[in-house]
Amino acid sequence: MRVKKRLVSIGLNVLAWLLSLVVLIPFAVIVLNSFKSDAEAKVLKLTLPEKFIFENYKIVYEQGHLGGSFFNSLLHSTASSLLLVFVVAFSAFTLSRNYSKLSKFLYFFLILGITLPLNYIPLMEVMKSLGMINSHVGMILLYTAMGIPISLFITYAFVSNIPKELDEAAIMDGCNGIKLFLRIIVPLLTSVLVTVFVLNFLSVWNEFTAPLYMLNTVEMWPMTLAVYNFFGQFSAQWNLVSADIVLTSLPVLIVFLIGQKYIVGGLTSGAVKG
Amino acid sequence: MNVNKIYPWYFSSGAIVLYLLFIVAPALLGIYYSFTDWNSYSSEKNFIGLEHFRTILAGDPTYLLFIKNTVLFTLITSIAKTVLGLFLALLLVSGVKAANLHRMIIFSPQVLSFLIVGLVFKSLLDPNNGFVNVTLRSLGLDVLAQNWLGSLTWAMPSIMAVDTWKGMGYIMVLFIAGLLAIPRDYYEAASIDGAGFWQKLFRITIPMLMPTITIATVLNITYGLRVFDAVYVLTNGGPGNATDVINTAVYSSFAKGYWGLGSALSTILFVIMAIISFFIIRLMNRKVEY
Repeated sequence: MRVKKRLVSIGLNVLAWLLSLVVLIPFAVIVLNSFKSDAEAKVLKLTLPEKFIFENYKIVYEQGHLGGSFFNSLLHSTASSLLLVFVVAFSAFTLSRNYSKLSKFLYFFLILGITLPLNYIPLMEVMKSLGMINSHVGMILLYTAMGIPISLFITYAFVSNIPKELDEAAIMDGCNGIKLFLRIIVPLLTSVLVTVFVLNFLSVWNEFTAPLYMLNTVEMWPMTLAVYNFFGQFSAQWNLVSADIVLTSLPVLIVFLIGQKYIVGGLTSGAVKG
Repeated sequence: MNVNKIYPWYFSSGAIVLYLLFIVAPALLGIYYSFTDWNSYSSEKNFIGLEHFRTILAGDPTYLLFIKNTVLFTLITSIAKTVLGLFLALLLVSGVKAANLHRMIIFSPQVLSFLIVGLVFKSLLDPNNGFVNVTLRSLGLDVLAQNWLGSLTWAMPSIMAVDTWKGMGYIMVLFIAGLLAIPRDYYEAASIDGAGFWQKLFRITIPMLMPTITIATVLNITYGLRVFDAVYVLTNGGPGNATDVINTAVYSSFAKGYWGLGSALSTILFVIMAIISFFIIRLMNRKVEY
C-alpha cells in the first residue's frame, strides 16, 4: 500500500514536470535560437548555440524600432492605467454606496462592456471626429475606456465589503463625500487598485487589435505592432525574430513576476467568491 | 444621511463619459452603419436596409463559414481549456512538489500578448524547419509531420491547440482557487465511507466546483466568440478562407474598404454577445451580492 502510494506520488510529480515542459520548451527554443547565427537558426532545434551571438539583440534593437515603440507602449500602459485607477476608484465608490436605481443601472450599464465586442470601424470614425486618431492622448483615453468594465467589476465588489459604519463614523466627524473618499476609502482600496493597475498595464501592453486599426505611423507604434512588422520583414531570419520576441516579452514577464499576487488575485476575484 | 450628497453619482462621470464616447457611441454608430452601403469608394452613406444581413446570412456562403468557424473555435477551445484546466488544477493540489512553480510556469503564457505566442508558434510549426516537424522527423515519425498552419485539415486544429496552450493556465488558476475553497471534511467523510478517487471527483469535487465551471465557461465563450489575434497572427484566415472567424472577416472587409458590410458582421457578433451577456451579467450579479 505504501509502495503504491509512493509510486503514485512519483508519477504525479513526473506528470507535473512533463506538463510544465510543454509550456517551457517553446520558450526555450526561442531563447536558444536568439543567440544563434543565421545559418544555425535555419532549423529550429532545442540545442545550445555553437557560439552565443549577442549581436542579434543589437541588430533587432536598431532595426526593429524597439526603442521608440518601447516608450510608446510604456506611455500608453502607464498613463491609461493611472487614469483608469482614478476614474474607477471614484465610480466604484459612489455606485456601490449610493443605493439609488440610477446608480444600480449605471453599474450594470458599465460592466456590460466586459462581454460586448468593440466595433473598431465606427470607433475609428468617432476617434477621427475627436481628432484622436494617431495620437497618444486618443490611445490612452481609448485604453482607459476599454479597461473600465472589468476594473469596475473587481473594485465594486471590493468596496461593497468595506463596512458602511466607517462612512457613518467619518461623516459624524465632519467629513464630506470627497474627504471620506480620499482619507478613508482610498487607503483601504490600495490593494485592489494596484491589481487594477497591473492587470490593465499588461492588457494594454499586449494590445494588438486597437493599434492595428488606429495607428498607422511607425512613430506611434507600440511594441506589438513593431514586432509584427519586424516578423513580416525578417521572417526568414529566425535568430533575429527570436531575439525580437525575447526582448518584447521581457518587460511583461518582469511585470508578471513582480505583480504575480495581484494578477492572480484580480483574475480569480469574482470567479470564486460567493 | 442624504446619500446623494455623500455619494454623488457624478463622481462616476469620468468613467461614464469615457465609456459612452469610446464604447457605446461606436456600438450604436456601428448598428447604424450596418444598414448603409458605406465604403471607401464613395463619400455617401446610403441607407440600404437589411441588404448586408441578407448577403451574410443567405447570400454568400463564405460568411456562414466564418460564423461556423467562430462557433466551432469557441466550442472546442472552451471544452479543451475547461477539461485541461481542471486536470492541471487537480494535479497541482494533489500534493506534488513545487506546485507553485508549476502553477507559475503553466500560467505564464497568459500574460504574454497573443502576438508573441502566435509568432513563437508560427516559427515552431513551420512545415520545413520548424521545431515540431524537425523533432518528429528526428524521432523517425515523418508521417506525423504536417503543414500545420498551411493545410486545410490542420490549420484550424493547430490554432485551437495554440490557443488552448496559451489559455489553459488561466482556467487552471481559477480551478485551483475553487478547489482550495472546498472544505476538507467532505473528503474525509467520503474516505471513511469508502469512496474512491473517481467517486470523490464526481460526487464532491465537480458539484462543488459548479460556480467556477460556470465562470470558466462564460470566460471561454466570450473570449472565443471575439477571437481575433490568434487567427490573424497564425494564419491570417488562410489557407483560403479556411480559418477566418467573424473578427478577421471584419478586419478584411475594413481593409478592403467595405465598411458598411464590416459593421454588419460586427453587429451580428454584437447581437450574439448581447444575448449571452444578459445571462452573464445576471450570473455575476449573483456573485457580487454576498
